[in-house]
Amino acid sequence: MTALTRLSLTEARAGLAAKKISARELVQAHLDAIEDDRLNAFILATPERALAMAEVSDRRIATGDARPLEGLPVGVKDLFCTEGIATTAGSRILEGFVPPYESTVTARLWNAGGVLIGKTNLDEFAMGSSTVTSYFRPTVNPWTPAGSAVPLVPGGSSGGSTAAVAARLCPAAIGTDTGGSIRQPAAFCGVVGMKPTYGRCSRFGIVAFASSLDQAGPITRTVADCALLLQHMAGYDPQDSTSADRPLGDLAAALTGDVRGLRVGIPQEYRLDGTPPEIAALWQQGIDWLKAAGCTIAEVSLPHTRYALPAYYIVAPAEASSNLARYDGMRFGLRVEGEDLLDTYARTRAAGFGQEVRRRVMIGTYVLSAGYRDAYYIKAQKVRTRILQDFERVFEKVDVLLTPTTPNAAFRIGEKMDDPIQMYLNDVFTVPANLAGLPGISVPAGLSADGLPLGLQLIGRPFDEATVLRAAGVLEEAAGFDALPPRRAGGA
Amino acid sequence: MSLDEATVARIASLARIDVPQEELAPLAGELSHILGWIEQLGEVDTDDVAPMTSVVAMRLAWRDDRVTDGDKAEAILANAPARQGDYFVVPRVVE
Repeated sequence: MTALTRLSLTEARAGLAAKKISARELVQAHLDAIEDDRLNAFILATPERALAMAEVSDRRIATGDARPLEGLPVGVKDLFCTEGIATTAGSRILEGFVPPYESTVTARLWNAGGVLIGKTNLDEFAMGSSTVTSYFRPTVNPWTPAGSAVPLVPGGSSGGSTAAVAARLCPAAIGTDTGGSIRQPAAFCGVVGMKPTYGRCSRFGIVAFASSLDQAGPITRTVADCALLLQHMAGYDPQDSTSADRPLGDLAAALTGDVRGLRVGIPQEYRLDGTPPEIAALWQQGIDWLKAAGCTIAEVSLPHTRYALPAYYIVAPAEASSNLARYDGMRFGLRVEGEDLLDTYARTRAAGFGQEVRRRVMIGTYVLSAGYRDAYYIKAQKVRTRILQDFERVFEKVDVLLTPTTPNAAFRIGEKMDDPIQMYLNDVFTVPANLAGLPGISVPAGLSADGLPLGLQLIGRPFDEATVLRAAGVLEEAAGFDALPPRRAGGA
Repeated sequence: MSLDEATVARIASLARIDVPQEELAPLAGELSHILGWIEQLGEVDTDDVAPMTSVVAMRLAWRDDRVTDGDKAEAILANAPARQGDYFVVPRVVE
């Protein structure tokens, strides 16, 4: 039974189609693995729902009526509303909340035959790079440094999803990425994670963090699986006013393995002082792999790169302070009674939000407050235009950009907690793609000296997920990353 | 930018978050540290730049002005701490 947890999404799909395995046994194997999980990757497993969905899948497969993701288990970041199943956003303030509706992205997955296996852990309201700020305790990375058992962070905020996929608790999961929250944890856990173009996946039914940056995406163990899952997540949705009505094309068909003549840009501003030599070496290795595959390599310049993080830490908290204003304890979730109405609001929000969320809501409130809006928020939105212009200029000359995903490998749980800026700097390579709305993917490409996974990132033109995936497939093939995390279901 | 305790207390009140007196000073330090780091944006020339309003080129969708959804009182009230008929019961709002 343990062998079933080894299957990739594509392999499981083939096994189901050939009737070598049943959806029920595939789902049960993963439910068993989740039950034995010591990483705290899931906030909630959903065995009843999963088995009921698997039963439908087996029936449809038997009658030759299988849908594209029929019977395939998917872990869902607990930021997506799931009808009739508690949704927490990793926060105490949503205590007891059971959504009466389904997010568009998850609805699309279930309509395509996917099976909800459980809700995965995350930083509270997706605000973090470690999955340490969850009200439901941190998730532990399934990887440990060579010769040590010290618990490491899985990255964040979609750390539950990436840990679950790496540890074989599910073959695929979905996450959201506001400043790197899919790509950074994917790199830390040695899996593939993609943030599509802003507008590709509907935001309807995703608990909002920063609406102009939030985007859902797939987390898988292979690039082919990533293409498969994204194919059935993306699509126009009239219920999201920023949903893009643009054709997606056949993503699987984009994985030709042929990148001859593809122009790859290497942004020189991503060479930071203090970047560990192993990150620089891996980056060079990635350049060499793409060159050997027939790409042309060009040094390019994105001069405003260093301003991306500070701009992000105005825009994201500003939008968050506004989005999180709805949590007032009146109609759902936690309420702490106070002396009067204002006191009830203030006590509810003090008790319901954790430290990092309180900090960001206050920063956001400040930068939007009378007299400061122009100096901070408008200034940051202008800098954001400059960052977008940098990318537009560069994409006249190259087709895709190659960078490291993160400036370091996974760190210890509890590290970088004293200084928020040290934590924020983890997203230095991922944030620019969010500010500019561009598609980006992280592919596991090698191991650090400590035996921890490292990722390479590809960034593409808006709505050109196909090229990003094609190049990612070639990187994956060249890297041949087959190392396995020590803490995983089913052993060898 | 350095925030004093009074400013932090005002922000907390605007954000509707109760911050105990003894936490104001440490919070002022933390927020000042973050805002100080953000100040580097001042170096960027943004004189002839429009603030971003939409990250990808798209026009907001138009739709017909008609009701397409509704009649879901039970679903909407499902998470209510207290209800009376089809209404939420909330603490007294008007003093």
